[in-house]
Amino acid sequence: MNPKTSEAIATDPETPETASQLPPELDVVNVTKCFGHFIAVENISLTLKPGTFHALLGENGAGKSTLVKCIMGFHAATHGQILIDKQAQEINSPRDACKYGIGMVYQHFTVVPAMTVAENLLLVRPDTPNLINWKEEYKKLQQFMDASPFKIDIDMPVSQLAAGQKQKLEILKQLYLKSRILILDEPTSVLTPQEADEVLGLLRQEVDAGRLSILMISHKFREIMAFTDEVTVLRKGKFAGHGLVKELTVADMAAMMLGEEREAKEVSKTQVDSSELILEVQNLHADKDNGFEAISNMNLTIKSGEIVGIAGVSGNGQRELVEVLAGQRARTGGEIKVNGEHYTATRKEMARHHVFSLPEEPLKNACVPNMSVAENLALRTFDRPPQAMGILLIFKAMREIATNLIQVFSIKTPSPEALIGTLSGGNVQRAVLARELSADKIRLLIVANPVFGLDFAAVEYIHNQLVVARNRGVAVLLVSEDLDEILKLSDRILVISDGKFVYEGTREEADIVTIGQRMAGH
Amino acid sequence: MNVLSSWRSLSEKIIIPIAALILSLVVFGIFCALNGTNPFAVYSVIYQSAFGSAFSWQGTLVRAAPLMLTALCTALPARLGLVVIGNEGALVMGGIGAIAAGLAFSSLPPLVVQIAMAIAAIILGGIWIMGVGALKYYRGVNETISSLLMNYIAIAILNTLVEGPMRDPSSLNKPSTYPLLEVNWLQSIPGSRVHFGLIYGLIACVIAYFLIQRTTFGFGVRTAGGNIRAAKIAGLPVGKLTLAVCFLAGSCAGLAGMVEVAAIHHRANASLNTGYGYSGILVAFVARNNPLASVLVAILLGGLLASGSGLQRSLGLNDASVLVFQGIVFLVILFSESMYGKLDFFKDRQVPPKITPSTQPIA
Repeated sequence: MNPKTSEAIATDPETPETASQLPPELDVVNVTKCFGHFIAVENISLTLKPGTFHALLGENGAGKSTLVKCIMGFHAATHGQILIDKQAQEINSPRDACKYGIGMVYQHFTVVPAMTVAENLLLVRPDTPNLINWKEEYKKLQQFMDASPFKIDIDMPVSQLAAGQKQKLEILKQLYLKSRILILDEPTSVLTPQEADEVLGLLRQEVDAGRLSILMISHKFREIMAFTDEVTVLRKGKFAGHGLVKELTVADMAAMMLGEEREAKEVSKTQVDSSELILEVQNLHADKDNGFEAISNMNLTIKSGEIVGIAGVSGNGQRELVEVLAGQRARTGGEIKVNGEHYTATRKEMARHHVFSLPEEPLKNACVPNMSVAENLALRTFDRPPQAMGILLIFKAMREIATNLIQVFSIKTPSPEALIGTLSGGNVQRAVLARELSADKIRLLIVANPVFGLDFAAVEYIHNQLVVARNRGVAVLLVSEDLDEILKLSDRILVISDGKFVYEGTREEADIVTIGQRMAGH
Repeated sequence: MNVLSSWRSLSEKIIIPIAALILSLVVFGIFCALNGTNPFAVYSVIYQSAFGSAFSWQGTLVRAAPLMLTALCTALPARLGLVVIGNEGALVMGGIGAIAAGLAFSSLPPLVVQIAMAIAAIILGGIWIMGVGALKYYRGVNETISSLLMNYIAIAILNTLVEGPMRDPSSLNKPSTYPLLEVNWLQSIPGSRVHFGLIYGLIACVIAYFLIQRTTFGFGVRTAGGNIRAAKIAGLPVGKLTLAVCFLAGSCAGLAGMVEVAAIHHRANASLNTGYGYSGILVAFVARNNPLASVLVAILLGGLLASGSGLQRSLGLNDASVLVFQGIVFLVILFSESMYGKLDFFKDRQVPPKITPSTQPIA
């Protein structure tokens, strides 16, 4: 270690460390974490050897984040122990973790944009003094910065930093706290590949020099192959494999992550002979909320009686695609045609072409929480007879239709007049399903993560409803982060990555390993 | 159980504003006591000069009429989730429109002139607040700030006009426009000194209530106000709804300006912007943006405004004391907004298990 670093560390009066010392060993022993009846993580063990770069791999919802939150003390593990240098330790809060030299960098930035780099660094110190001697602190911070692997101008306001620099600052904050074990939660998800390589490369050098141990959550095989030593794989909350990266291939890891036994499950589908083109998307462009392009030059067609599944890691443009098709987001270019006609998602066009949608998070996206169940059920049809006469609403008809739908779709509600925001998530989902699937004629159904957070019975119910709709000749667009769901329901599978389709195939020829690699941008 | 729970949530909507008004009365009483005036005498004078006699009732109703109209300027956009406080500006613009139409068509039959004045006021006030809605929807400008600032623009336009192009040279002390011909004045309801503006206010509030609660238009507005993402997924034209609601809101406040010009001042001058717009915001807040409730609240507040001169006459309190009271009411009402859903008494009781457990929502 160069002399400047030891000088920077020596500015801390408490524990002057010797530069040659390796970071402590971290052992996770048989950790289980339950939320109510739901087991998020079951009996997981892993060892982070001093001075190694360890990857934690798994799909969305595999329990990676829960596991590291147990290590950090956010959650108390239901069973199991955390050992630091073979000593069992109680870690009840991130502050405790900090005491043992464990620091975490979160997926999303936690820096204060309005403050400078120096101010942000000082802010994270647990003992920030009430009166700051800036001259003194600046000198120390400059020394720290000179010695650190990343160089950022400490006078720069954070709002002017690029994403890669912000991520570096997040890591610097942990180094400034003298963390020896870094936990990174998908640190590159907001970075460009070049920025990611730079950040990970510099971290790799720190690990090689024996200054840090790193545990990194990722589902990008490319980064795991290039930068890490060991990998532990989780699947659905359970341990699914472990090994040295140099002894594994991408195919091995994809198999561990997705499960070899995974077969597309058959749901009774009837043969629908139709080549009628329902949805045509041509050269579609759309922006994210922050104005950057989310979808570029996308083409997509769906025929009637066909479920097209779009798989992908979240944040690759699928949310924006669904929002454009459902009318929640303006497109910036390209054309959408439904039944061969120009489509801009107005109410009139939705009614004429019988377009319906089941968005993710139905309470947030498809319901008005402070309106009644009956009114929410009428959202698509309130301006047509029998629920309206001219401009007048006919509440009696609205109530009758709602009572019927509540019965048919078994929505559990105290009454049709109850506010929908007071219902449980599953029943809100059922109400939306009732509204969107009860129409006499449906041509196009846009579905996004329809079973997120629901229990097993509700999942089966919704999946069956989707297949029934397909068998009726509905064109279904299914966007899901759950690959199982896509494989189970789709007739044709597309993979989206970085706003583009990078894979297309029928379900019969679907190859899990290839899909997994494409999802990971490999 | 439904009756009981709706009874509880309804009582919450009634009791909290009333409690807030009582608390403001107490705080104002303390203010008066510190000022050396017996608070109970103050309460008594307020009551007497607001509701004590048929005469004082009429004075109250004259003041309530514009308040009902200006309250709608806040209450209607509130159903869309917008906090619009441009009531004063829309009222002033409506007044300008009314006097311009009244002077331009003065030779026509009085009924025609009055209709022309009303239409001009409605259009001018409506477009004024529609501008706020357009800025909000198309450019993302905060509607509260823009509507507040547009008040100043409207008042400045009024001052420019009455001191320049529209000035009556004979109005020396207080620059004003030429007066309306007496035949074109808005008449009083027979047998009283309350002008027909009260009827306008009542009708406007009833129509507004009906429009929001009972029509497909209102359904769309409530949907967009409750969750704009759900409104978009249902294909509702959120932009058009915003513009339409803002136009209606502004046109109500504009009509209040017409009533003031045609029935009270008979000309346009600085007396137009004496706070009916701002008091209208208060009415809408107290009434929780319910147009029918704002009729009652407008009468209550109208009484309070009417008692200002009474306080001055009989207790020697400054005329502005009622404005202090009004300000206190404003603050307490804003505070009381934070009390909704916090008091256990108003919470719906759990369904007793013996009735029917199956009605409880189960995941």
